[in-house]
Amino acid sequence: MTTAIHAADLTRRFGDLVAVDRISFDIEQGEIFGLLGPNGAGKTTTLSMLSTMLEPTSGTATVMGIDVTKDQDGVRKAIGIVFQDQSLDEELTAQENMDFHGRLYRIPKETREQRTEELLKLVELFDRRNDIVKTFSGGMRRRLEIARGLLHHPTVLFLDEPTLGLDPQTRNHLWKYIETLAKEKNITIILTTHYMEEADRLCNRIAIIDHGKIIALDTPDRLKDSIGGDVVTIRSPDTSKITTALAVPWINRVETHDGEVILTLKNAEQYLSTIVTLMNEEKIPITSISVHKPTLEDVFLSFTGKTIREEDVSRKDAMRMHFRMMRH
Amino acid sequence: MDIVYTIWLRSMKRYVRSKSRIVGSIAMPLFLLVFLGFGLNSVVSATSLGQQYVMFLVPGMVAMSVLFTSVFSGIQIIWDKQFGFLKETLVAPVTRIEIMFGMTVGGATTAVIQGIILMVLAVFLGLRIENPAGFLIALGFMILVGISFTAFGIAIASRMEDMTGFQLIMNFVVFPLFGLSGALFPISSLPAWLEPVTLVDPLTYGVEGIRYGLTGASQINPLISVVVIAGFAVAMTVIGAYLFRKVSV
Repeated sequence: MTTAIHAADLTRRFGDLVAVDRISFDIEQGEIFGLLGPNGAGKTTTLSMLSTMLEPTSGTATVMGIDVTKDQDGVRKAIGIVFQDQSLDEELTAQENMDFHGRLYRIPKETREQRTEELLKLVELFDRRNDIVKTFSGGMRRRLEIARGLLHHPTVLFLDEPTLGLDPQTRNHLWKYIETLAKEKNITIILTTHYMEEADRLCNRIAIIDHGKIIALDTPDRLKDSIGGDVVTIRSPDTSKITTALAVPWINRVETHDGEVILTLKNAEQYLSTIVTLMNEEKIPITSISVHKPTLEDVFLSFTGKTIREEDVSRKDAMRMHFRMMRH
Repeated sequence: MDIVYTIWLRSMKRYVRSKSRIVGSIAMPLFLLVFLGFGLNSVVSATSLGQQYVMFLVPGMVAMSVLFTSVFSGIQIIWDKQFGFLKETLVAPVTRIEIMFGMTVGGATTAVIQGIILMVLAVFLGLRIENPAGFLIALGFMILVGISFTAFGIAIASRMEDMTGFQLIMNFVVFPLFGLSGALFPISSLPAWLEPVTLVDPLTYGVEGIRYGLTGASQINPLISVVVIAGFAVAMTVIGAYLFRKVSV
């Protein structure tokens, strides 16, 4: 295994705001690596630095051994990108968008045409190749962008929120493509997402990123194991006494959050009746109680004390305000 | 060169497809030519012009369609910024200079085609081009005007975030440049204090050059015209390239 991407103390500041704060990681070749975090956590900024679109304030990064600040063209030739926002020319056809890209990357005519056909077939757009992109749906555009990003045979593919705003069916479809790509073409894929299921399903390893810092980095399974068992969520009008009532050794963690009490324990199903009995003894009313296997959402919550959705709201507004100020 | 060609090719494809734009940007100079040309033909004394007013107006209107089309082509980069396509271009392993040149050549080409369309329409209104050399001279000046003002548009677009400033640029920069250029009237008919202003306007030399080519007569020596407008084209391209280099998306 060789290293595809190496980042060391990578930092980016926008004025006073530290968008990415001294992050370091290594990505192996052939791996699907996920950057998971709320909007504004610094995922796109990280991707922009790795893809030479943005200069790091400090720190270094290499892609396939090439330094992102010293040899920008070298890095650009090695990578393919699907941006978060659409970047197709809507006035051109699918074929023409591919052709434009191929020419920009100086791919000889014959290779260009052959690969275009092959890739458009892969993303099931070959029949629509002569249609203007304006007539395409969101999912079709996304697939076309992925095909385009692969045209110059990159060794590393960046996908920035690849399924943002797509319906569940299309999302599922895209996930299958991405999995096939990684397997068949042996491409290193680095994707950002704030969808937990997406990261869980696709990624070999995940870096959870929040406020510009990596707060956890491991395989999805190990991240979920770190929770320490199953998750029991209790809703109750009176959560204040629950912590003391449930101070027993077989419960690893008790957290009160937003009118809910979240317990983590091993083999939760066997202990449910005991939990209910303990609460009845203290005369604590129970509105509902539920058990589930840990998800990345729980991992995020346990590391940050917040759910990713709560983060989204506050951070998004802050970033929006900030960028508006930067522009003027 | 292949990158410049690629970007030029895209402009051409987009141009051919935007039928409404082709017709739309021809309409204004054509109407002006017909209304002003025939309306004022008998009012404007022919002696000061040495020709019919409507024929005097033709080069000015050709310059107008080249001017407006090229500025608009340049400013269109803002759409590319907003629709994200510029990112695709900027992240490719090509230099910013190549991209900017491609855009300039593409914009200038569309502008010159628009000018030629108007010239052809003017033939139906009575334009006679005596020798082919004259046409080529006019074409050369149209190309220089097209390059200058596409680069100008790119320079403006590189500093603008959205199209809201477009009207401002059109009304306070492009239209005065056009109005002062002698496209509508002979420079000599202006009051003495305004004449220097006209001579500072680079478009004046473009209009005079096209006029020399099409009618064989101009108030400014065509050699001076070619030097000034070519110099302006180079200057705008350098400024445009410099500002475009700093564009971030």
